[in-house]
Amino acid sequence: MSEEIALMKGNEAIAHAAIRYGVDGYFGYPITPQSEIIETLMEEAPWKTTGMVVLQAESEVSAINMVYAGAACGKYAMTSSSSPGISLKQEGISYMAGAELPALIVNVQRGGPGLGTIQPSQADYFQTVKGGGHGDYKLITLAPNSVQEMADFVGLAFDLAFKYRNPSMILTDGVIGQMMEKVKLPAWRQRRTEQEIREQCPWATLGKTADRKPNIITSLELDSAAMEKNNERFQAKYREVEATEVRYEEVKCDDADYLLVAFGSAARICMKTIDLARKEGIKVGLLRPITLWPFPTKVLHSYGGKVKGMLTVELNAGQMVEDVRLAVNGQIPVSHYGRLGGIVPTPDGVLAALKEKMSI
Amino acid sequence: MNKDLLISPENLVYTKPELMNDNHMHYCPGCSHGVVHKLIAEIIQELGMQEKTIGIAPVGCAVFAYNYIDIDWQEAAHGRAPALATATKRLLPDRMVFTYQGDGDLAAIGTAETIHAANRGENIAIIFINNGIYGMTGGQMAPTTLKDMKTSTSPEGRNTQTMGNPLKILDLLALLDGVCLATRVSVHTAAAVKKTKRMIRLAFENSMAGKGTSIVEVVSTCNSGWKMTPAQANDWMVENMFPVYPIGDLKNI
Repeated sequence: MSEEIALMKGNEAIAHAAIRYGVDGYFGYPITPQSEIIETLMEEAPWKTTGMVVLQAESEVSAINMVYAGAACGKYAMTSSSSPGISLKQEGISYMAGAELPALIVNVQRGGPGLGTIQPSQADYFQTVKGGGHGDYKLITLAPNSVQEMADFVGLAFDLAFKYRNPSMILTDGVIGQMMEKVKLPAWRQRRTEQEIREQCPWATLGKTADRKPNIITSLELDSAAMEKNNERFQAKYREVEATEVRYEEVKCDDADYLLVAFGSAARICMKTIDLARKEGIKVGLLRPITLWPFPTKVLHSYGGKVKGMLTVELNAGQMVEDVRLAVNGQIPVSHYGRLGGIVPTPDGVLAALKEKMSI
Repeated sequence: MNKDLLISPENLVYTKPELMNDNHMHYCPGCSHGVVHKLIAEIIQELGMQEKTIGIAPVGCAVFAYNYIDIDWQEAAHGRAPALATATKRLLPDRMVFTYQGDGDLAAIGTAETIHAANRGENIAIIFINNGIYGMTGGQMAPTTLKDMKTSTSPEGRNTQTMGNPLKILDLLALLDGVCLATRVSVHTAAAVKKTKRMIRLAFENSMAGKGTSIVEVVSTCNSGWKMTPAQANDWMVENMFPVYPIGDLKNI
């Protein structure tokens, strides 16, 4: 079959990828800058073709709880929102982690705190990778840097979520969500049959058959000894994800004296900075974490023994820089450069910051 | 006469529904929950829907409802049961989906989820236990707590000037176009139990007939929270709860 190439926004790519991947249900609530996701789904009307359910809920809280139920039925269920709405979803995300439910949440970040701005930001890094909701849990987090990756990561996020029975997040921002690029649309997949779901997800609440005990989806366990065991099981799963699922991209790192460390839209800006720097004879590379959790700690640690310094570039006041410093563990200087409140850094600005902070 | 001779199938006048398991119930003696659980188990069994029913348990006294009736269950966050039921029914339209919620869950923290699921006319049954108090957390004021009723967070009695009025949420729900059944029942007498069973069965049947949302409010006792004997609690409910929450259909179409 020939490739299907289209020009579209990142948000639209998420919607098309979801339909093509065979997602069973999308539940969302409008918020800028991600409303194109639900608008595209409503326009495409996949309930007429694949049978996918698309529902506009009364709130982000309700939407995430619909996703909880969809996942509890073993279905591919997803929601999307932007920062203030993602804050509202934290309760449901924590419950899904506690009930070990696989699902996809998309956060097209905007500047905060509070109602903030509708312009892009990466200030929800801490919220996403350090918890956000209550309790000891982790969220598998993918950070796309292009419209193509917006499309590709929908399937990847579901694959990882179901592999580990854990919610996944695509953490992106208003730049990637709103910009238009060429995208190769993912292949069509059939939605799973109920028989396939029963086989793949024997825990799913599809109705109790005579051959098994009732399936109960809950995060509740009042016996502390049993709850500690549950937590230990979660932690063992998280260690396995950290050992197996780290993803990152290296750009011109082989001969680099300095590394930029950036994800998503900030990493796109850094691509230009690398060229500007190298024209001036400064050997700069980029290490782009693709999974923010699990974080590429080992590779960053190894570069700590090779380069003279690292600069994280983030659309926030310095969040991922803490994880980079933990990874590097004092081998070399690690600094941060960021713009706040919806302002996007320029390639020149990144280069100037690199020179200043690394005393080049 | 030897009692063993009496225990024979032809003498059987009552049996525990097969779907009720032998787990020890955590409910207080005299509580209404056990009776309503039994009715639900009987109805699912009589409808032959054991393999097609998914229950949504609340936060509150019925948080462990899933321990007693042998069907598939999802445990919801506080107040979110109608959102879970919405998605479950939309994704599995041929399943029978119901929520089981108390007054704090349905009429306080879950007001938005309840009203909007009902307004969409989701084909679900909502079983609503209204005992006017938060039982699980130890007897705090609920949205349905009566005027001047003493609870641990209204120790002088509910002051409607500062604490709001008893919320007649079924009256609100009955106004919504998506609702086909809004009815109040109770389980304090044998006759009332039989009526309640008929209405819960109707709610389940409505959900499978695609008629919209059915809400059965069971005006109930909480003798522990009310600090009464079970018999006193029944009398107190008739005298004080029924005038505010009158038994009968508000809507049945």
